Amino acid sequence: MDRKDWPLFEIFIRPKNGLSHKHVGSLHAADARMALDNARDVYTRRGEGVSVWAVPAASIAASDPSDKASLFEPADDKVYRHPTFYDIPPEVKNI
Amino acid sequence: MMDPETRQALFGYALRLGDTSLVLGHRLSEWCGHAPELEEDIALTNVALDLVGHARLLLAYAGEVEGEGRDEDRLAYRRDVLDYRNHLLAEQPNRDFGHTIVRQFLHDAWAVELYDRLAGSTDAGLAGIAAKAVKEVRYHVRHSGDWLIRLGDGTDVSHTRMRDALERLWPCTGEMFERDSAEDRLVAAGIAPDPAELRAAWNARVAAVLAEATLERPADGWMQKGGRRGEHSEHLGYLLAEMQFLPRAYPDAVW
Repeated sequence: MDRKDWPLFEIFIRPKNGLSHKHVGSLHAADARMALDNARDVYTRRGEGVSVWAVPAASIAASDPSDKASLFEPADDKVYRHPTFYDIPPEVKNI
Repeated sequence: MMDPETRQALFGYALRLGDTSLVLGHRLSEWCGHAPELEEDIALTNVALDLVGHARLLLAYAGEVEGEGRDEDRLAYRRDVLDYRNHLLAEQPNRDFGHTIVRQFLHDAWAVELYDRLAGSTDAGLAGIAAKAVKEVRYHVRHSGDWLIRLGDGTDVSHTRMRDALERLWPCTGEMFERDSAEDRLVAAGIAPDPAELRAAWNARVAAVLAEATLERPADGWMQKGGRRGEHSEHLGYLLAEMQFLPRAYPDAVW
């Protein structure tokens, strides 16, 4: 079998309603439906999720690691961007 | 209170279902570490474990109905070939991946229709087991059906292999819809679904998937039967020898 025919998919799982999908890993599959089946079998064996997204890895635009300094470090000394000046009600869980 | 004949019929019924799940589950477990892709290796092992789980529930229930103190381990590990009541389809060897998929689909298409109906059984024990099993089996039939379509409607090589596997295994399918006097009793009591109804539903499901897989349905010719009465192919003895080795060599071992 020519394995390069099986593209890579990135798998995202939502652990429960109210939370967002989180990247859990990647796998190979012939198409999107097989990717979902494989994700179910590989990543939800222990009740991890209520929803799965499979995204072709080739469709993901990723930042270049060498741009890290210019992209992210300027945020380090700007504390005023953090919403730490508010009182958060205890009922609000996932903020 | 159940009369003795019905009780005996129920024991036999649960035993047949449990044995079929156990033998097929063991067959699938033979793929562990050998499947063509890592993801598929895990998928087949998941299905194998589901089936062994169903076997455990069904054999434990059979032992309870029988009332002679046999638990699921005793039924699984201390019976020889002639006492096994599984479908012949389940014991057929894996051969290649396509052959395994055809065997699995023919079984899953039956199991999903069976458990779906058995969940409404008048027997609370069977109904409970079926309600749990049907959720898993719905996924099994989706998995094996998807692969059947992929490989049937795949390359010339995969199509030929699927066609050959279908021809080879087809004679083992008639047994799934047999009905004996014990089942007559269970059907009349609303405990078991009518095999004729299962057959119609199975036919429809199989026809739809085979059409999509561009495979022709083999003719219903001569059917190989006997597994449900303990008359098995030579393959089952080897399977049991491996499966039962540990508890036979070290009886009552615990770990």
